[in-house]
Amino acid sequence: METTITVKKTFPHGVHPPEAKEETHHLKIRRFPFAPVMILPLSQHTGKPSKAMVREGQEVARGQKIAEADGFVSVALHAPASGIIKRIALAPNPVGRMTPSIYLQPFPASSQEVLEGTPIDPDTASPDEIVKAIQDAGIVGLGGAAFPTHVKLKIPEGKFVDTLIINGVECEPYLTTDHRVMLEQKDDIFMGIRYLMKVTGAQRTIIGIEANKLDAAQELSAAIPAGMPVSVEVFKVKYPQGAEKMLIKALLDREVPSGGLPVDVHTVVVNVATAAEIGRLLPHGRGIMERVITITGPGVAKKGNYWIPIGTPVRYVLEQAGAKDNISLVFLGGPMMGQAVSNLDFPFTKGTSGLVVFTEAETNSKPQKIYPCIHCAYCVDACPMFLNPSQMGILAKKERYEEMAEQYNLFDCFECGACSYVCPSHIPLVQYFRVAKGILREKKAAS
Amino acid sequence: MAVILTAVAALGGITVILAALLILANKKLYVQEDPRIDIVEEMLPHANCGACGFPGCRPFAEALVGGQALPGKCTVSSEEGRVQIAHFLGVDVGAQEKVVARLACAGGINVARNRARYEGLKTCRAAAVVAGGGKGCFWGCLGLADCEVVCDFDAIHMNQFSLPVVDEEKCTACGDCVEVCPKGLFSLHPASHRLWVACKNLEAGDEILEDCEVACTACGRCAADAPGMIKMANNLPVIDYSKNHKTQAPIQRCPTGAILWIEKDGTIVKGRESKKVLRKSTLPDLPT
Ligand code: SF4
Ligand code: SF4
Ligand code: SF4
Ligand code: SF4
Repeated sequence: METTITVKKTFPHGVHPPEAKEETHHLKIRRFPFAPVMILPLSQHTGKPSKAMVREGQEVARGQKIAEADGFVSVALHAPASGIIKRIALAPNPVGRMTPSIYLQPFPASSQEVLEGTPIDPDTASPDEIVKAIQDAGIVGLGGAAFPTHVKLKIPEGKFVDTLIINGVECEPYLTTDHRVMLEQKDDIFMGIRYLMKVTGAQRTIIGIEANKLDAAQELSAAIPAGMPVSVEVFKVKYPQGAEKMLIKALLDREVPSGGLPVDVHTVVVNVATAAEIGRLLPHGRGIMERVITITGPGVAKKGNYWIPIGTPVRYVLEQAGAKDNISLVFLGGPMMGQAVSNLDFPFTKGTSGLVVFTEAETNSKPQKIYPCIHCAYCVDACPMFLNPSQMGILAKKERYEEMAEQYNLFDCFECGACSYVCPSHIPLVQYFRVAKGILREKKAAS
Repeated sequence: MAVILTAVAALGGITVILAALLILANKKLYVQEDPRIDIVEEMLPHANCGACGFPGCRPFAEALVGGQALPGKCTVSSEEGRVQIAHFLGVDVGAQEKVVARLACAGGINVARNRARYEGLKTCRAAAVVAGGGKGCFWGCLGLADCEVVCDFDAIHMNQFSLPVVDEEKCTACGDCVEVCPKGLFSLHPASHRLWVACKNLEAGDEILEDCEVACTACGRCAADAPGMIKMANNLPVIDYSKNHKTQAPIQRCPTGAILWIEKDGTIVKGRESKKVLRKSTLPDLPT
């Protein structure tokens, strides 16, 4: 059945960075070998770190729970491979700190069979049981934020959800993981949606996709199970369409209040790969052990989309992907919202959606000189949150952080980078804002 | 016309009444203030640094006159200044020991490597939010001088290896550097704490020397040589300054010089067995 797709809707403001997706969007997801040692930070999610349940020297099976959630805003962690726990020690974490981590050495000759757990039936399980199962499966937002998914699925007393939004926008340049997941894991996605509708009580589901993935939109709408209240909507390509608030604005024309959550406007947004993961793991009672990432950029030979075991070190990925000798800039995630790595021993964590590698050829130009703000207001027109980055940048330079928060809603900024991207004076606006937020949070914690 | 006039007149009346009230209030609420407070405040250095533990020079002056504090608490005044105040008030100077800021890192660019080159805003704060800043040791000084800039007393200077050095004479222990450093490397200590652990790296083992040649490898020798006074915790020695710490014995066998002795003039003394670093040039970035 051929479905016609109309491209409509988008949100106001935003930018159009080069997409750079054509190198990988057609490449099927392939498996990635196990690294000789995997590093599993106990803190791969926003919230409290998980609590290790294993000791050094212990043998574990693939899929075995090796750390449990510590409180509600925390998730479990599972062994990505059968092997032996070498150490529980500090290891570099992509956030730029050393954090407690489990070092796992996979058995080379193991069949790597996956341990099965207790299956959860989407029809008979209660919402609370599903919330618990998602927490136990160690699922976090795979789109990059790594926020524990079950937390936003626990609908607070007195609130309700009418629409579930599945985020298949993938507006971050270079990345094509969600695109491939939508093409290759349709059944998992719809299974995931069943759990998600049950748990949120949503009456309908909208899958939002950008117009550069029409094939995925077409295939998904054709595959909607009979009787399932799901629709697929396609947007014009624009960054950061994939941000929750932008998506809700474009799809439902509802505005999440400043400091509020999507549930305040009766919706919950879940990334499409996260939904697929829920649909794949819960029927088997398994935990998350691997995820799909895009490896791309001018610095690697074997570009593509891969199933990568959680905990694989960047160094090993680069080796396997045929990194060139002159690589100079490596991003975990995409170049807009991702994180430049400062150490190749960083492991891939649950929230990392890609590895984008550049060589000296693209980066050897001199560091860009920062000029004063010329008040062109390009940033103001770009900011999807209708903030005033120009004014905030000027205040940040003078370290007037309180004013930024009180008068310019600094904390509404979700660091999309649109403002820095358009600034002709090369003012590193987002970096200023991150610093400002960090300092304000510290002050708050201290008082 | 008449109406307006009344209004104006009424307003005029209100003004008069209010003015009268104000005067009254001033008279009624006026507390006879000890005139010595003004004089003592004048004798204080006006730094308003808070090192004395009071919110500024005036409150400290009040406390001095009220007898809740002794002049010795002011670390910014000169010795004569403190004595002068003590004489004036007829109190003891008070043996307040000088407190200074101490840096728990010795990883200058001649001994500590970068794993990544940071480009962007040239402040430590900004660098720290980009994957930690690129230094091989995640705990180490980023060398972009936020502390030097923030110090109002000109007491911090970056040395030739981009490491801040505290001038004990000028340091007033105001605590600004403690607050500003994104790596939390400064803390305030009595100047008599000359035995010092200049490292915050929580890892153990010789591998960390690849990132920094003067890191503490947690070998535990210093603790073994000073039982009771030094304990190892989280792979770092912790000095118990309530014990007799005025000895250079614990630094002698440290292989890296991470535990060291700071002389009054800022000279660093390292132990006999610590590796001598003669290099003056920048260590090249660690090849990845
Ligand atoms: S201010 Fe924040 S939300 Fe607005 S464009 Fe800049 S980074 Fe994005
Ligand atoms: S884009 Fe840059 S130069 Fe233009 S107003 Fe914003 S901060 Fe200023
Ligand atoms: S001590 Fe801290 S503030 Fe000072 S240069 Fe080093 S990192 Fe920066
Ligand atoms: S002797 Fe030196 S390296 Fe060994 S534990 Fe003490 S400070 Fe660390």
